[in-house]
Amino acid sequence: MSILAIDTSNETLGVAIFDEHTNSTLIEYKENGKAKHSKRLMPAIDHLMKTVGLLPQDLTKIVVAKGPGSYTGVRIGLSTAKMMGWTLNIPVIGVSSLEALAFNGSNQSLKICPFFDARRGLVYTGLYETDQTGQMKLVKEEQNVLFADWLSQLKEEAEPIMFLSPDLDIHKEMIKEVLKEHAILPFEHFHKPSPALLAMIGKDRSVENIHQLTPNYLRLVEAEANWLAKQKEQNNE
Amino acid sequence: MSKDQFILAIETSCDETAAAILKNGQEVIANVVASQIESHKRFGGVVPEIASRHHVEQITMVLEETLKKANMDVSEMNAIAVTEGPGLVGALLVGVNAAKALAYANQIPLVGVHHIAGHIYANRIEKEFTFPLLALVVSGGHTELVLMQEHGSFEIIGETRDDAAGEAYDKVARTLGLPYPGGPEIDKLAQVGEETIDFPRAWLETGSFDFSFSGLKSAVINHLHNSKQRGEEQNNANIAASFQASVVDVLTEKTYQAAKEYGVKQVVLAGGVAANKGLRQRLTQKFSDANISLSIPPLWLCTDNAAMIAAAGSIAYEQGHRAAWDLNANPSLDLERYGSRAK
Ligand SMILES: [Zn+2]
Repeated sequence: MSILAIDTSNETLGVAIFDEHTNSTLIEYKENGKAKHSKRLMPAIDHLMKTVGLLPQDLTKIVVAKGPGSYTGVRIGLSTAKMMGWTLNIPVIGVSSLEALAFNGSNQSLKICPFFDARRGLVYTGLYETDQTGQMKLVKEEQNVLFADWLSQLKEEAEPIMFLSPDLDIHKEMIKEVLKEHAILPFEHFHKPSPALLAMIGKDRSVENIHQLTPNYLRLVEAEANWLAKQKEQNNE
Repeated sequence: MSKDQFILAIETSCDETAAAILKNGQEVIANVVASQIESHKRFGGVVPEIASRHHVEQITMVLEETLKKANMDVSEMNAIAVTEGPGLVGALLVGVNAAKALAYANQIPLVGVHHIAGHIYANRIEKEFTFPLLALVVSGGHTELVLMQEHGSFEIIGETRDDAAGEAYDKVARTLGLPYPGGPEIDKLAQVGEETIDFPRAWLETGSFDFSFSGLKSAVINHLHNSKQRGEEQNNANIAASFQASVVDVLTEKTYQAAKEYGVKQVVLAGGVAANKGLRQRLTQKFSDANISLSIPPLWLCTDNAAMIAAAGSIAYEQGHRAAWDLNANPSLDLERYGSRAK
């Protein structure tokens, strides 16, 4: 009764194994840095499984961070999780990478804004809060948005918001400038997603069809966006 | 009697999500290709990010269909083979990680395969190799003559110095206003046209087995430009026939010369352009009286597929090659270095 959790969607590579009998994390591995997730993921899984003395067929569920984040990173995690889940005939649960990060701030009576930098002033983000059952509830939908626009929306909430992001440094000053005393910025450690939390979030989720599990890109491919815009234009003519 | 060998292969280097099972390196048990061509047509070419997105959506379904067709289980496989390069990095990564997951979950060996080695080995599905063997590899990204002294060893004795033949086809097709993919369209037109224009043939220095197609490509574009300025009517079929004649001439002649010089026993044609009718006809003609056996793969083995990856993987597995769990996609994997890699 063991759950494998995988997160390669952003800079931190995370793998954890959660034991459903004891309802606890058996082992957790986090690696920060820019080295290739594709090279490191399977050795990390192999190492963790051996360390806790498990064989692949002992796994009962896989939880994977499905993005947003690096397109390539998200696909590395999903290809691995989907294929393992499919061949072992066990469920695979996809969890939003933003939601997983938001859990770093759970049990606070604060709204939580997890975000990932998406370049050119854009971020992937959403607004969460913890409900009475301890689950994360979306207050504002996940989106790919200009951070400046997003912050002015958050300002209207007129209450303290906790920001969680591995890319905090890039945007810290702007957050403080716009949100002033309502900007809550915890210690560095809380800005990296935790694979152990990812396993916890996914463990009771209802099962999706593995074939249909797709990344949470939050953004169209540029060529496709342009093509769609052109179609629309032609239809309006 | 020795036990049968089964290889399950995955190929995702470009815009086809493919899986196959091969028995003893030569017998196709199942072969599934999910083509994305319809999705890329509207863009006039393969959009890498879209290809990668399709792969991750298709991969488990393609595997399921493959095993269903074979009526087999992954646990019956001797190894999982996967294209590790060359190709589009994002696309390759989906296959590589899926293959690792499959091999790890079933605790069976993993073998990395060079995509071009796969194209060459597609020919072994039809007929056993006899060495020394010469492969003419022609595709959108490659034009090369590969000499093989034995299984798994590759020496490039000639390659393109500029455009690949397939690239020249695509560019000329675009100039003629033909739909994507352009190669087959030119081939079709060339069948009904006549060689009326004497386009250049780049033979390069005497004795060289290298190729060059950029001069030819420019000549075709110039010809079109000039005749348009003179207000002359275009005959696309004749232009296609003349262009194709030039490409096929050089490919066939150089292959023949190299085959003689290296004393090979077998010549094989490989790569996407191997489907080209004009090239198939000319090679067959040229080698008809030579004492060299010529292999031309059936059409379904010319385009990207996983059966060919399994065929190359079968030999690699046999020779003791095993990939570690840190296997990565390598978009510019070198064929010679791949052939001489450590076990
Ligand atoms: Zn190919």
